[in-house]
Amino acid sequence: MMLKNNRLFHILGTQRLAAVVALGALYLFFCALGDNFAAYNTFVSILDSSYYIGFLAIGVTFVIITGGIDLSCGTVMVCCALISGTLYFKLGVPMWLCLLLCVAMGGLFGLCNGFMVAVMKLPAFIATLGTMMVTRGLGSIVTATASVTFPPRSAGDGWFRGIFKMMGDGLPGGGVPTGFLLLILLAVIMAFFLNRTRPGRYIMALGSNKEATRLSGVNVVKWEALAYVISGLFAGLAAVAYASIYSTVLPGTGNGFELDGIAGTVIGGTSLSGGVGSIAGTLIGVFIMSVLKTGLPFVGLQPHYQLFFTGFVLVAAVFADVLNRRRRGT
Amino acid sequence: MNKPILTMDGIGKRFAGVRALKDAHFDLMRGEIHALMGENGAGKSTLMKILTGIYARDEGSITFEGRPVTFKNPREAQEAGIVIVHQELNMINHLTVAQNVFIGREPMRGKQIDDGKMNRDAQVIFQKLGIRIDPKAVMGSLTVGRQQLCEIAKAISTEASVIVFDEPTAALTDSEIEDLFAILLDLRGRGIGIIYISHRMDEIKRITDRVTVMRDGAFVDTLMTADCTKDDIIRRMVGRVVYEDPKHRSEAPADAPAALSVRHLRAGSMVKDVSFDLRRGEILGLAGLMGAGRTETARAIFGADKLDGGEILVNSRPRRIRSPRDAAAAGIAYLSEDRQRYGLLLEKDIAANITLASLRKFAKGASLDKAEEGKEARRHIERLRIKTPSERQEVRKLSGGNQQKVVIGKWLTHDSRILIFDEPTRGIDVGAKAEIYTLMRELVRQGKSILMISSELTEIMRMSDRVAVMCEGRVTAEIPIEEATQEKIMHAATRREARSAS
Repeated sequence: MMLKNNRLFHILGTQRLAAVVALGALYLFFCALGDNFAAYNTFVSILDSSYYIGFLAIGVTFVIITGGIDLSCGTVMVCCALISGTLYFKLGVPMWLCLLLCVAMGGLFGLCNGFMVAVMKLPAFIATLGTMMVTRGLGSIVTATASVTFPPRSAGDGWFRGIFKMMGDGLPGGGVPTGFLLLILLAVIMAFFLNRTRPGRYIMALGSNKEATRLSGVNVVKWEALAYVISGLFAGLAAVAYASIYSTVLPGTGNGFELDGIAGTVIGGTSLSGGVGSIAGTLIGVFIMSVLKTGLPFVGLQPHYQLFFTGFVLVAAVFADVLNRRRRGT
Repeated sequence: MNKPILTMDGIGKRFAGVRALKDAHFDLMRGEIHALMGENGAGKSTLMKILTGIYARDEGSITFEGRPVTFKNPREAQEAGIVIVHQELNMINHLTVAQNVFIGREPMRGKQIDDGKMNRDAQVIFQKLGIRIDPKAVMGSLTVGRQQLCEIAKAISTEASVIVFDEPTAALTDSEIEDLFAILLDLRGRGIGIIYISHRMDEIKRITDRVTVMRDGAFVDTLMTADCTKDDIIRRMVGRVVYEDPKHRSEAPADAPAALSVRHLRAGSMVKDVSFDLRRGEILGLAGLMGAGRTETARAIFGADKLDGGEILVNSRPRRIRSPRDAAAAGIAYLSEDRQRYGLLLEKDIAANITLASLRKFAKGASLDKAEEGKEARRHIERLRIKTPSERQEVRKLSGGNQQKVVIGKWLTHDSRILIFDEPTRGIDVGAKAEIYTLMRELVRQGKSILMISSELTEIMRMSDRVAVMCEGRVTAEIPIEEATQEKIMHAATRREARSAS
């Protein structure tokens, strides 16, 4: 109750506040226990491992706010990366166009999801599960199951890797994480979109009460579909980030990334029942997972412990939300 | 008569600050059919939900078979011998009749459900009741009336000593009602106490022994049915209200043009042929019993449900309305009786709710003008006298009356000219009710038009300038308020198709 009067509490909301505290505590924990965890390079690698999950999570936040789910964003990401890589190598499409097409394809898959959910009224879980399987298969079909290696930094067409990490003379050894700045920039834009524009308000409203929103004369079909398109576009963007951070993209992968994105979103306080959520929370959630992933090896644990602990964090975060709701009597 | 089997005394209950029950009283003898009457919202259902452990009471005592009791949930009440046959059916459609009757207490043979015994036991109960229903039939294949009989069979099979019937005849045909009455009399003969909730006066006179009347959540009187007239009961039900403030003359301008005209509207199974005119500056009351198709008519006009035929004219010009969006654009607003489900974003603040239908007005370039939104919300909070600390208060924290005002504010922001109020004061306490009424009168004085669906005759008589009555998907009467009486309205509300055709 004392917390009620705390301004910070009001601004962030309980769960988000808890998430910020957890993020800080985790970081300090690893700094204290792990040698060199506090080093610049480590910090950069935390950020490196969060770009594409961050993009996925921002996109999927919109879908979850509508009360839906997007299981396909991980495989859409890999599929888009594979197709655009194939366009570049096999058809000689210029790199800049490949990258644009990559994002556009993501949007197109999102539109398919949006159509199935908002117009055909399929359950989001099933519709996006279908898209997940289709895109996972499609990536393999297009590449004939060969992996795609995007040009390295040294090659002329490797310039795009610099979007996410600048390296070079006079720059620190780990490079400058420009991708991080890009992620923050897009997060700010999308937070503005969600909270301060008409479409954002409608997406929030229909997640809160779809029928009441429809009966207020709002075109809920359009705005619900838009949420999936946004998720798709961000999956396309994540594909660009993924391609520029990792040297090789393997067909048949991408499963599980969507769950990282969803987990980040939910840890950040977005409610799976819709109507409640924030981009800032989602970013915090994603960083919590990245810190875990990067930090655990520093205290002598293998990376797969990340999954193990993320599971606990996820359940604890959602349980905190459930408790909070119960206390408020909703 | 002997000693009461059940006594409820001084029962009080509040919901979110609204008083639903205050010093309610009820007692029941063995072998008695005791009617519980009152208008919608008088507190009958709440009292029964407290009795059967669905709600916890705030004050008062319940004595059952000589011992003070408190049931924490319906199961405890059922085990003690008190069951309720709900108005809305609680049957699982894809299970069989017998499976439904014995759900949760299936006869077992070892670890297995003994289906044979279950079917035989169900058969025995049906025989005792004198009804012919196959225990192996799938519930969903039965008519509503027969499902209701199954519900009764279920209640009886628990060896209950008190059975509550909540408007059991609402969905039954005449012959099914006769069957039900025979069953009730038989149960009475076996010493079971029956609480009978109904609005149908002739049923009450026919089969009950006593009548307890409630009003505004409080006990009014208990009468011996044989010694009282219908008027005695009605007078106690309506109290002073109806005599205090009915409208004697239409306050609408006599020569006003029609703001909304509906011609031969058809929609779904509930709206068969509806025509009426709503004039500018008028409150048209739409009366009728439950299931008459009034809400469905409103939803069809508003584009919420699909229209199968007919014409809608706004200001004498035909309008194609295929979605709530079209309706809102035509200046029509629909304020549902279930505000929480169909009207509000509960976890959003007042400002977001009030601007939801007209967000375009608050767009400044790509972004929303939050300052302007807040200003608009504060304007409505003041004008509609919404009780709240600020416009950023979440709507779920408001009382029912204030929530209704938020919905009204939403449509005023949108500048809707035609307001369809569906049960405008349902679930709203007495004080806020009067405020809503004042508000509605103000709105029509400003030239807006109101179609008011209401099941409360006092509300119809108090607010309407004209009354349209619906029965079974058709308008069966249009009565100017000067000529309207409760009897006339009730007569039209029960005028069935066959009779109205002749």
